[in-house]
Amino acid sequence: MSQKQYWSDLQDLSNIATKSEVADNEFKEELPFDLSDSVFGANTPRRDFLKFLGFSTLAATIVSSCEMPVRKVIPYAIKPEDITPGVPNYYASTFVDGGDYCPIVIKTREGRPIKVEGNELSSVTKGGTSARVQASVLNLYDKARLRHPMADGKEVTFEAIDRMVKEGLAGKQGYLLTASVLSPSTKEVINQFIAKFPTVKHVVYDAISYSGMLQANEACYGKKTLPTYHFDKANTIVSLGADFLGTWLSPVEFSKGYASGRKISAKNIKLSKHYQVESIHTITGAAADERATCRPSEIGAVAVALYNAVANGTNPTLASANLNKLVTAAAADLKKGNGMVVCGSNDLSVQTVINAINDKIGANGVTVNWVTTSNYRQGIDKDMADLVAAMEAGQVGAIMMQGVNPAYDYLDGKKFAAALAKVPVTVTFAERMDETAQKCKYIIPDHNYLESWGDAEPKPNYFSLMQPGISPMFKTRPYQDSLMMWMDAGQTYGEYWKLYWTTRTGSQANFDKALQDGVIEPAGEMPNGAVAFAGDAGAAIAAIQAKKSAPGVELVVYEKVAIGYGGAWSNNPWLLEMPDPITRATWDNYLCVSPKRAKELDAELTGFTEIETHKRVAKITGANGYTVSLPIIVVPGMHNDVVAIAVGYGRDAKVGRAAASDATKGGKNAYPFTAFNGQTVDFFSAVSVAKTEEKYEVAVLQTHNSYEGRPVVHEYTLEEFKKDPQALQKERGEEIGHYAQLPWVEKGKEAPHHDGPMVATPEMEDGYREHGTLYPNHPYEGIKWGMSIDLNTCTGCGACVIGCMAENNISVVGKYHALRSHEMHWLRIDRYFSGNPDDGDTIQTIFQPMLCQHCDNAPCENVCPVSATNHSTEGLNQMAYNRCIGTKYCANNCPYKVRHFNWMDWNGADAFADNLYEDGRRDDLNDDLTRMVLNPDVTVRSRGVMEKCSFCVQRLQEGKLAAKKAGRPLIDGEVRTACQQSCPSDSISFGNVNDKESEIYKIRKSEQQERTFYVLEHIHTLPNINYLSKIRNTSEIIAGNEKKDIMYTDHI
Amino acid sequence: MFYNKKCPESRASTEKHFLQNVYNFCRLCRSFALLLYKGKLIFKYIPVPESIKPMFRICFRSLFAFFVVLLLSNVPAIAAPDGKALFMSNCASCHNPLKESTGPALQNIDKTFPSKEWGYKWIRNSAALIAAGDKTAVDIYNKYNKTAMTAFPSLSDEEIDAILAYVNEYKAPVTATADAGKSGGGQPATDSNGWLYTVITLSLLMLVIILWRANQGLKRAANDKDDVPNEKEIPLYRSKLVIAVTAILIFILSGYWLVNGAVNEGRQQNYQPLQPLYYSHKVHAGINQINCLYCHAGAEKSRQAMIPSSNVCMNCHKQIKEYTGAEEHPLKTAEGKTINGTEQIQLLYKYAGWDPVKKDYNRDAKGNILATPIQWVKIHNLPDHVYFNHAQHVKVGQVQCQQCHGNIEEMDEVYQFSPLSMGWCINCHRQTQVQFTSNNYYSIFTKYHEELKSGKRTGVTEAEVGGMECQKCHY
Repeated sequence: MSQKQYWSDLQDLSNIATKSEVADNEFKEELPFDLSDSVFGANTPRRDFLKFLGFSTLAATIVSSCEMPVRKVIPYAIKPEDITPGVPNYYASTFVDGGDYCPIVIKTREGRPIKVEGNELSSVTKGGTSARVQASVLNLYDKARLRHPMADGKEVTFEAIDRMVKEGLAGKQGYLLTASVLSPSTKEVINQFIAKFPTVKHVVYDAISYSGMLQANEACYGKKTLPTYHFDKANTIVSLGADFLGTWLSPVEFSKGYASGRKISAKNIKLSKHYQVESIHTITGAAADERATCRPSEIGAVAVALYNAVANGTNPTLASANLNKLVTAAAADLKKGNGMVVCGSNDLSVQTVINAINDKIGANGVTVNWVTTSNYRQGIDKDMADLVAAMEAGQVGAIMMQGVNPAYDYLDGKKFAAALAKVPVTVTFAERMDETAQKCKYIIPDHNYLESWGDAEPKPNYFSLMQPGISPMFKTRPYQDSLMMWMDAGQTYGEYWKLYWTTRTGSQANFDKALQDGVIEPAGEMPNGAVAFAGDAGAAIAAIQAKKSAPGVELVVYEKVAIGYGGAWSNNPWLLEMPDPITRATWDNYLCVSPKRAKELDAELTGFTEIETHKRVAKITGANGYTVSLPIIVVPGMHNDVVAIAVGYGRDAKVGRAAASDATKGGKNAYPFTAFNGQTVDFFSAVSVAKTEEKYEVAVLQTHNSYEGRPVVHEYTLEEFKKDPQALQKERGEEIGHYAQLPWVEKGKEAPHHDGPMVATPEMEDGYREHGTLYPNHPYEGIKWGMSIDLNTCTGCGACVIGCMAENNISVVGKYHALRSHEMHWLRIDRYFSGNPDDGDTIQTIFQPMLCQHCDNAPCENVCPVSATNHSTEGLNQMAYNRCIGTKYCANNCPYKVRHFNWMDWNGADAFADNLYEDGRRDDLNDDLTRMVLNPDVTVRSRGVMEKCSFCVQRLQEGKLAAKKAGRPLIDGEVRTACQQSCPSDSISFGNVNDKESEIYKIRKSEQQERTFYVLEHIHTLPNINYLSKIRNTSEIIAGNEKKDIMYTDHI
Repeated sequence: MFYNKKCPESRASTEKHFLQNVYNFCRLCRSFALLLYKGKLIFKYIPVPESIKPMFRICFRSLFAFFVVLLLSNVPAIAAPDGKALFMSNCASCHNPLKESTGPALQNIDKTFPSKEWGYKWIRNSAALIAAGDKTAVDIYNKYNKTAMTAFPSLSDEEIDAILAYVNEYKAPVTATADAGKSGGGQPATDSNGWLYTVITLSLLMLVIILWRANQGLKRAANDKDDVPNEKEIPLYRSKLVIAVTAILIFILSGYWLVNGAVNEGRQQNYQPLQPLYYSHKVHAGINQINCLYCHAGAEKSRQAMIPSSNVCMNCHKQIKEYTGAEEHPLKTAEGKTINGTEQIQLLYKYAGWDPVKKDYNRDAKGNILATPIQWVKIHNLPDHVYFNHAQHVKVGQVQCQQCHGNIEEMDEVYQFSPLSMGWCINCHRQTQVQFTSNNYYSIFTKYHEELKSGKRTGVTEAEVGGMECQKCHY
C-alpha cells in the first residue's frame, strides 16, 4: 500500500498518545456498568439483581395485560380522483428562495409533500439539488410559521387588514422592499401595483449582495445583470474567492457544469484545471487543483496581478510566493483559451477587473455567456442604503417587505430597526416572526413555496413554473394577492398567473404540458454570445491600488453551505445538524482560525484540541465596535491573518426553537461585521481578536469515527494517472493478487509465475472473493445492487446527506448528543486533509462520502447474536429493527463506522409514552405538524435499535414492484437511491451489477476499471460500494510527499 | 367448532386472558390429532417396511390422478367467452340477474330489446342512443332517474351474447339460511372423526391400563400363592417417577403456554369489532356478487387495498334505497340482534351527505358535498415495522383475496380470518410459487430458468427469489 496518509484533524498529527486514547475510548462518557472482574465483589449486589428481575417481570406482566387499542381507519369522504392512498403523486414545481433557484419535482403522499427532487427536464440545473433544496420540505412544516394575519400583534381577518393597509397606503411615499424577484408574473404585478400607486418604489435587497458584480457589469457591458457561467466548457477555471460549488450564486447549476469537466477515465484523460485563491477554506477550494490563500482585502490585488499577467505578461509581485506562482500559472493556462475567471468579491472595481480579464482571454461568448444572462441577484446596495437613510429622515410613509429581514441581516440591523420605527405603515409578508416582522405593524404571512402558484425566470426565456404540493395549511396568502387586493385588481394572483401563462404559452394544452414539465425552455443549446467590453480597467486598477489595507487580522463573513444567508434555514434542524463540509461542526457558528493563529490564541494543540469538545472562546471586536464572543474552530487551509464567522446564526427566539440563540446556544450574528464602502457592502472587515478564559462546547463530528490510520482514499496527479493509469490497480494487486493465484486454485497446475507488479483485474477480484475466505461463496441470482462514488466529482456539498435524511426519516439528535457521537446520519461525508497545517497554501482536502458498504462478507452480520442484520440475495446488508436487541456488537465490528444506535427515543416511536428525548432545540420535529414530513414507507425507529443505510430499500422494492406489475425486467436507472438522485455533480452511480448493460457494471469492469477501488478491501469485507480515485490536475499530491506532508515527515 | 369466530367477548377489545391460551393449546392438540389422523406423522416417524412402500406410493398416485381428472373435468372444453366472468367484472356492480338494483334485473332483459342489434348498441354506448333520441332508450333513461349506464365499447357481440345467456340461465342460489348447515359440510365431519378417533384412543388406553392392572393383580396373587415376596406397593401419587414426570410435564406445558401467549401478544385473529355502520360483505360480495376490486380499487395499484369513500357507495345506493333481501337473508349481528338494512342505508346517506328526498347531495355554499367520512374500526392491523403491499400480492402474485381474508363473501360482519403472524406470512412465502414463467420480470433468474427447462425443478417459490428476507417486509 502507498504511504499516502491523510489526517482528519490536527490531533491526528500531534500528540498521538492522546489521539489513540480517545480513539480507543469508544464511549465518550462513563459506561453505567460495573466492570470489575470479580462477580462476587461486584458493586451491584444480589439484592439489586433481584430488584431488577422483579421489576422487569412486573413490567412485562403489566405491558402484556394492556388492551390492544381500537384503531380507526378513515377513508376519504369524497376521494379526490387523482389520489390513491399509498401511491405517491409527483408535481413539477420550482424552489425559489429570493434569488436562489432550483426546478424541482415534489413527491406527495396523500396530499402532503414529503420529498423534493430535482427536475431533470431543466437544462439549467439538470436535476441537481442542494442541501437546502432537499431540506426545504421541512420548512413547510415549521412550527414557527405564522398562522394568520396580524395587526399590532393581534390576529385579524384578511378583510380587516386589507382595509387598514389600504387606508395606510393612500397617498404616502411607499416602498416595496423585496429580495431578488425571479418571477416574471410577479414583476408584472409589481409594475401594475406601482402604476396604481405611483408614489411606491420597488427596492431589491439581497442579504448576501452581488451588487458589485451587477454594477460592474452595467458599467462594462451595459447590462445590470449576471452572466451565465458555462463551467462545463471551461478548460481553465480561476476563482478568486468565489465558492461557486457551495454558496456562490447558483451552486447546483455550477456543480453540474463543473462536474462534467472533472469526469475523467483512462480512456478519456481530460481534466479541467481549477485555480482557487481564497481567504477561508471552502469546498470549492477543496476541489481545486491549485490553491493559494490571501487576505480578503488582497483579492483586488490578485485580480490586478492576474490581469497584468494576462494582458501584459507582467510577473506578479503579491504577498506570497505561492500566490505569485499560482497567478503566473493561471495566466498562462487562461491564455490557452476556454478559460474563465470568477470572483466572489462584492467590490465594483474588482469585478470590473475580472470582466476585463474575461474579455482579454476571450471567455465572453464561450464560457461566460452574455446573451443568456442570469437573474439570480438584482439587489443594489446603494438603493438599500438610500432607503435606510430616507427612513431615518422620516421620508418614508409606508414600507412593505417580502422575503427580506434587514433587522437581522442588514449590515446594521439596529439602525434599520430604529429607522423602521419612524415609518408609520409597516407591512411584512414574512412567514415567521423574524427580527423584522417583530417591528412591523401589519403581518400578512406568505405561503410557503410548496403551497404556492408561481413561476421563475432564472435566465431570459428560460422559465420554470411553480405549483403547490399541498393546500395552504394556515391562514396565509401569497403576497402578490395582497398587492392585487390593495390595487383592486378584482382577481387573485392564482387566477392572474393562470391567465398569464395560458396566454404566454398560447393554449390550454401548452399550459398543461408546461405545468406538467415544470419548465418552459427554448429548444436546442442555450444561446451564447459576447457583448463588447466597455469597462475602464485602468480606473478600476487605480481604485484597487488606492485602497490601502491595514495590517492585522481580517474577518471574513461567509455563508455556510447548509444555513446560507439565514432566513428560514436558521431554524431547520436537518441543516443545523448537517456537519459543515470543512469544519465538520454542527449546531453553532464559531470563529474559524488557521492553526498558526490558533496557537497564538492558545487554542490549538495546547490546551484545547480538536478532539476536546470544549473550545476556547475568543472575543472579536469589529471596527464599528460590534463585539461577539465565539468558540474557536481550527481550520487548516485558512490564511493566517484571516478569521471567519458564518452568517445565519444568532437569531431571535421567535424565529424558532432551533434557531433561537442566547449565551449558551445558537451562535452569534456576523452581519454587523460587514460594512458599506460607499458603493457596495464589503463582506470582510478588520477586527481584533482576543482570547478569553471561557470555554464553549462545539459538536464536531469528524473525529467521532477513526480509521486508525488505514488508507481509505486514493489520490493521484493527472500526470501520474496519464503515465500509469494502472497505478491504483497495481497497489490493489499487491493486496489481493496472490489470492487469485493461489497454487491450489486449479489442482494439478503450477502456481502461475509472474514478473513485475500484479495488476488488479475483475478476474482477480473474483479470485479474491472466492479464496480470501474459508466460507463458501454465495451466488447472487437475479439482482445484485452496487454503487459507485466518484471522488473526483464529489464536492462535499452535503445534498446527499440531507436527501438521505428526508427519504429515510433519519433522526436529528441535537447538539448534546452530537457531542457524544450519537449522530444518526446514514451517510456522512468524511473530510481528509494533507499538507502542513502551518502553511495554508499546502493544504489539500478530499471528501469521501461514507455509508454502509453493504459488504458481502460483512463483519457486522457475523457478530449479531440475534441475526437482526443479515445478507439478502440481492447483496443488501439488511437491518431488521424489530429484531434488534441493541447489543451494538455490529457497530463495534464495523470497520467503516456507519452504524448508528438509537440511544434515545428521538421520534416518539417507543411503546412507552414518556420516553421521548427533548433538548429544547430539536423538539419541534416531534410536533404533529412537523411529523407530516415523515416518509410513510420507512419505519420510524425506536430507542434501542441499530440503524444504517439501507440502499433506500423502499425505493428498490417500489421499482421492482413497478417492473413486476408491468411484467418486464428492471430497467437500469429506473431505481435510484436518494443520495444519488440529490447529487448535483452526478458522483453517485447505482444499479444492478448482474446486468451487463448497466452503468454500474460498465464503470467497474470497463469504463472506470483503472480508478476503481474498495475501501479497506484487504480485510475481505467485499463491499458493494466502490469508489473512483481522485485525480488532481496538479504537479504533486501532498499526501505522502516526504517533504510537504506533515503526517509523513513527522509521524511515519 | 374451535374456530369460535363469534366470540362476543373479543368484540369491544382484544384483551388476552388465560382462557385464550388454554384454547390455543386445545387447538394445538386438535391439529395434532388431525395430523395423526391424516397419517402424516405415521409416515414420518413410524418406519414403514420397505416392502409396502410402493403400495402407499400407488395409492397416492391414483389419488392424485383422480383429483387431476376431477379438476380437468371442470375445465370447459372450448374457450368460449365466459359469460359469468364477464358479468362479474362488468355488470355485477350495478345489475343483478333477478332483482332490480342500480339498473334493471337482467334476466330475460334481451326479450325486451326492440332488436338484437339495438341491444348491442345500448350496451356498448347507451348515451349515444339516448342522444340520438331513440324512444326506448330515453324511456329507460328516465325510468332510472337519468342515471346513465356505463359504456362498454370493448365488448364484442359474442361476449354480450354470453353475458345475456348467463343471466338468462341464472338461478338464484339456495338461500344462505337454508344452506348454513351444509356450507361447512366437510370441516365438521373431519372434526367429528377426530373426536371419534380420540374416544377410541382413550378407550384403548383405558383398556391397556385395566389389563395391566389386572395383570399386576394376577401376578401378585400368583406370587402370594408361590410365597414369593411382593414388592411394596407405592401409591401412584407418591411414586417418585410419577412426580418427576408430572413436574417435568407441568414445567414444559406452562413454558409452552407462556411462550405461546407471549408470541401471540398483540395478535387479533377472529377480531370482529362493531362497526359504525352495519355493512354486510355477504350481501354485497356474496349475494349480489360485486367484484371486490370495485370498492377496494387500490388492491391492484397500491399497498393499501383502500376502503371506499362514501361516494363510491353512492354509485349504487343512489338507486338502492332499501334492503329488500331481509326474507332470504335477514341481517343479524354476531350477538343475534336483528339489523334493519334499510335503516343502515339511511345512515349511509347521512354520512354521504345525500338527501334521498330531493335526490341530491347536500352542498355548502361553494358547492362542495357535505359528506362525513365513516370512521370504520380497523380490523387487520399490522405492526408499524411491517410493510405489506396489496398490489404485490393481488396484482403480481395473483393471490385471491380469500386466501388471507377468508370467505369474506360469506361474512356479514368481517372478522380477521388469518392470524397475520409472521410465521403465517413466511409459511405462505415458503410454499407459494411465483408467476415465474408468465412474468417477464423473473427472466433475469437465468439459473432457475435453465433448471426449469431441464426439468430439474417444477417451479420457483417466493422464498427462492428472496421472499424470506427481512427487508422484503421490514424497512
